[in-house]
Amino acid sequence: MLFTALCLTFIVFFLTNLEPNLEKLAKTEGNFRMSDEAVQSWLSDRGYTDNTFVKFGRWMGVAPGWETVKEDGTVLRQCRDAKLPEEDRATYCGVLQGDWGYSLRFKTDVSNVISERLGATGKLMFFVMIFMVPMALIVGVLAGMREGSGLDRSLSTFSIATTATPEYVSGVIFIAVFSSSAVGLKWFKGSATSALEDITFENFTLPVLTIALYGMGYVARMTRASMTEVMTAQFIRTARLKGVSFRNIVLKHALRNALIAPFTVIMLQFPWLLNGVVIVETLFNYKGFGWALVEAASNNDIELLLAVSVVSVAVVLITQLISDIGYVYLNPRIRVS
Amino acid sequence: MTMTDPQTQTQTAGTAKGAYDGPILEIDKLSISFFTRLREIPAVMDFSVAVQPGEAVGLVGESGCGKSTVALGVMQDLGVNGRVVGGSIKFKGRDLGQMSMEELRDIRGSEIAMIYQEPMASLNPAMKIGKQLMEVPMIHQGLDEKAAYDRALQVVTDVKLPDPKRILNSYPHQLSGGQQQRIVIAMALMSEPSLLILDEPTTALDVTVEAAVVELVKDLGKKYGTSMLFISHNLGLVLETCDRICVMYSGEAVERGSIEDVFDEMQHPYTQALFRSIPLPGADKNARPLVAIPGNFPLPHERPPGCNFGPRCDYFEAGRCDQSNIPMFDVPGNERHATRCLRFQEIDWNAPITVGEATQKNEPGKVVLKMENLKKYYEVAANALFGGGEKKVVKANETLSFEARESETLAIVGESGCGKSTFAKVLMGLETATDGKILLDNQSIEDVPIEKRDTKTIADVQMVFQNPFDTLNPSMTVGRQIIRALEIFKIGKNEAERKKRMLELLDVVKLPRAFADRMPRQLSGGQKQRVGIARAFAGGARIVVADEPVSALDVSVQAAVTDLLMEIQRNEKTTLLFISHDLSIVRYLSDRVMVMYLGHVVELGDTDQVFSPPYHPYTEALLSAVPIADTSIQKEHIVLEGDIPSAMNPPPGCPFQTRCRWKDKVAGGLCEKEVPPVRQLGGGHQIKCHLPDAELNAMTPVIKVAAE
Ligand SMILES: Nc1ncnc2c1ncn2[C@@H]1O[C@H](COP(=O)(O)OP(=O)(O)OP(=O)(O)O)[C@@H](O)[C@H]1O
Ligand code: SF4
Ligand code: SF4
Ligand SMILES: [Mg+2]
Repeated sequence: MLFTALCLTFIVFFLTNLEPNLEKLAKTEGNFRMSDEAVQSWLSDRGYTDNTFVKFGRWMGVAPGWETVKEDGTVLRQCRDAKLPEEDRATYCGVLQGDWGYSLRFKTDVSNVISERLGATGKLMFFVMIFMVPMALIVGVLAGMREGSGLDRSLSTFSIATTATPEYVSGVIFIAVFSSSAVGLKWFKGSATSALEDITFENFTLPVLTIALYGMGYVARMTRASMTEVMTAQFIRTARLKGVSFRNIVLKHALRNALIAPFTVIMLQFPWLLNGVVIVETLFNYKGFGWALVEAASNNDIELLLAVSVVSVAVVLITQLISDIGYVYLNPRIRVS
Repeated sequence: MTMTDPQTQTQTAGTAKGAYDGPILEIDKLSISFFTRLREIPAVMDFSVAVQPGEAVGLVGESGCGKSTVALGVMQDLGVNGRVVGGSIKFKGRDLGQMSMEELRDIRGSEIAMIYQEPMASLNPAMKIGKQLMEVPMIHQGLDEKAAYDRALQVVTDVKLPDPKRILNSYPHQLSGGQQQRIVIAMALMSEPSLLILDEPTTALDVTVEAAVVELVKDLGKKYGTSMLFISHNLGLVLETCDRICVMYSGEAVERGSIEDVFDEMQHPYTQALFRSIPLPGADKNARPLVAIPGNFPLPHERPPGCNFGPRCDYFEAGRCDQSNIPMFDVPGNERHATRCLRFQEIDWNAPITVGEATQKNEPGKVVLKMENLKKYYEVAANALFGGGEKKVVKANETLSFEARESETLAIVGESGCGKSTFAKVLMGLETATDGKILLDNQSIEDVPIEKRDTKTIADVQMVFQNPFDTLNPSMTVGRQIIRALEIFKIGKNEAERKKRMLELLDVVKLPRAFADRMPRQLSGGQKQRVGIARAFAGGARIVVADEPVSALDVSVQAAVTDLLMEIQRNEKTTLLFISHDLSIVRYLSDRVMVMYLGHVVELGDTDQVFSPPYHPYTEALLSAVPIADTSIQKEHIVLEGDIPSAMNPPPGCPFQTRCRWKDKVAGGLCEKEVPPVRQLGGGHQIKCHLPDAELNAMTPVIKVAAE
């Protein structure tokens, strides 16, 4: 798994460090009217023209940081920290040393940006999950419990409708209906900026709902499929013919078996939700992780972009690990053998 | 809820065990239909049977004749599209059809319990065994957890499971198939029901395990005085377990009576045909071949007018049998014996079988296939989840040596996990051998995987698979599939020639030529298996490995397919390696028999040598376990303890020592220390056992035909 993470990171690194990006970087940082030679020397002074692997090593902190002594005697080095005298500055300063670089857009250390924005998104995701998972499971189980019943049909239609509506559509609709004067229901706020300081029902409901609804339909449909399958299983018939009441059949016999499949799906949802986060945060102007990603990309903030990607990769991989462990826990067949 | 509780309790008390003395179950003129979008499917029609207290009634019939539907009808659990459309089902005098859901739930599991075919599927995989068992008395008797646990412990001990405490605390997948089935039985017996319905309870089990489970069910039935409805397609099993039998055909009961009446004085042509198509001791492929029932089982919506069995009946009389529905007639002179045949009094039931033409036995020719010390080991990771770690070696085949001659049938017998199929795979080249030699015409092929074999070798060694349903390509016509095989074997110069050969092959397997244009899904199981056979023989195969070729088929079709194989073999002088666990059919068709256990060949010899003493102790047990549908047969009763050990960790010494009843006759505990050597008993008969000659020679036959 670490290997996968490393590979993915490298790919992202490679892509963000492509020639045109660097050129743009030099021009925005230095001077827009720089000559080509000037660009080149600006880049090579800062180690950008070196071999990709060497650069990757530096960024990771396994190779010594770059250091250039200019003709005029000024020294440029990767490791900043101006407070320390020259000699004490570290030679290695990469991710492994906890130095993620400097964000040009936010004019501060990348690690600061990441932790702050991630925290904000974490809050958002937390509420999304709290709302989405139980709702999805309940809807799925209720629908799948009696296949073909009226309840099943209406719940299934509902879940299909929610998955079929992308966030940028549902978000806009929500804003129009619940917070603009178009419909007049000014129940919630159309902007979630204030939620950064203080989460209220008013400013947070719409973004949470937008993301959750989209993910919910999918999980609910998985749960329903898994539930209907379990309900036709032989052991459910056995339970029924043992005289177990319908309620207990669902709760004691079917539920755990039916949850095995959706659990994996919920965890797989995380990467998907991250997509939604980008859209929703921009739409509701909530300054979280997704918003930072958009900002970094549009401002060619290479180091921030890299860090955001790496963190996303890590989140995805960690959720996969959790999903595997949870699966093993729920499914006794795998646990023992 | 609390309101209804006392009420239901008094009701149960009213019908408490013993208080009622009529029949436990009385099914009267029951008709059940399934309603699909296209049509109504009448699955059961005009079906009557009665089960008296303490009585075991067998329900036999082919797949799809409605046996399970009757059982589910009794449980009132026919699913969304099934409905009782006529007649009544009375349990202890109360009509089950009139009961409310509450009352039904009260009866299910406490008064009527049901056991299914698939033990694994009927246990909840995510719930511990103990909890599943305890649930029953907790619902029905209102026991608390502690008392329920004690009861569960007692019942698990009753079904003879070792270490009951550990078993209660484990999940279903941690038990073997036989143990799971015992748990299902335990669950059914938890509240001592008055009626137990068993739907093919042992079909998924190995023969020796089946014998033990059947024995257990019989004993427990006696112990608790439970009445039983025993559903099976195996007449022999019904003979061993039941007092009365009801034969079903295409949704109807065709004959009903006591075991003796039906087995010895059958009064319905279908029953007769059924008995003639199963290999009983005495049947012989050359002198007394099986008589297959012609034609196919009618689908529920394509039943003929009049008698359902009419189109396949030898005694059919046009104008009479095809006029109106035939009612059940009582057979005069016999008690509670009835038949659904108009002509039962006109038919001479004792007329000798018109023996199919006796055929000449082929003399085995030269040796075509020779195996020398063949070994096949698999390496498996011990831990499935985290891969790697220590590897375990599964010894699937351990020093296999034998030879097979031209036009000889060599049967390979053994239970699950004994290495039969591995051996077939190695021979086919689907796997390569770990050690040893396979000589085909003195050319060694053990290391040549199938991709590297030349066309000739591939065409020479062919296989017929167990399950005809998944070996045919579902999207290609039958003719096309056979032509493809011909192309692969490079037979025929052009398309026209191959087409001609394909049609000839259809003739050989006795399928109408028109079938060439059919899709596999339009064929019945037996017909598909015929296509499989045609494909295997397409390249003029000289060695055909038939891996349980008929076990997935219905009894009435089995005989026809077996006969077909025999006939082609006779004409083509093929060497047939017949893999099976069914000793009756093996005795019927093979020249030589090889008995395998846990990868070892424990006995090898002519059919007569293997089927008569001295036996290898395992062969002896196997012979005793096979149910035989003949009332004149007396069997010695040998029940093996325990299950087949896992091939992953076989016992030290003799592979059979964990279950052998002769073990203590061998001095010095040799059986537990050393793998026995192969011993020649003369005439090519060999066994792998430490038993001294004196003991071997003192063995008595397991199966005896009682003197009439
Ligand atoms: N739910 C259903 N819907 C439609 N038809 C059904 C349904 N269940 C069973 N049938 C049909 O009813 C007939 C009787 O089926 P049943 O399962 O009782 O046979 P069976 O004798 O138990 O066979 P087997 O030996 O294979 O278990 C079959 O033709 C089957 O196709
Ligand atoms: S009624 Fe006629 S067709 Fe039917 S079983 Fe009897 S003799 Fe055969
Ligand atoms: S060697 Fe011993 S344990 Fe093995 S079969 Fe013979 S008597 Fe039984
Ligand atoms: Mg059935």
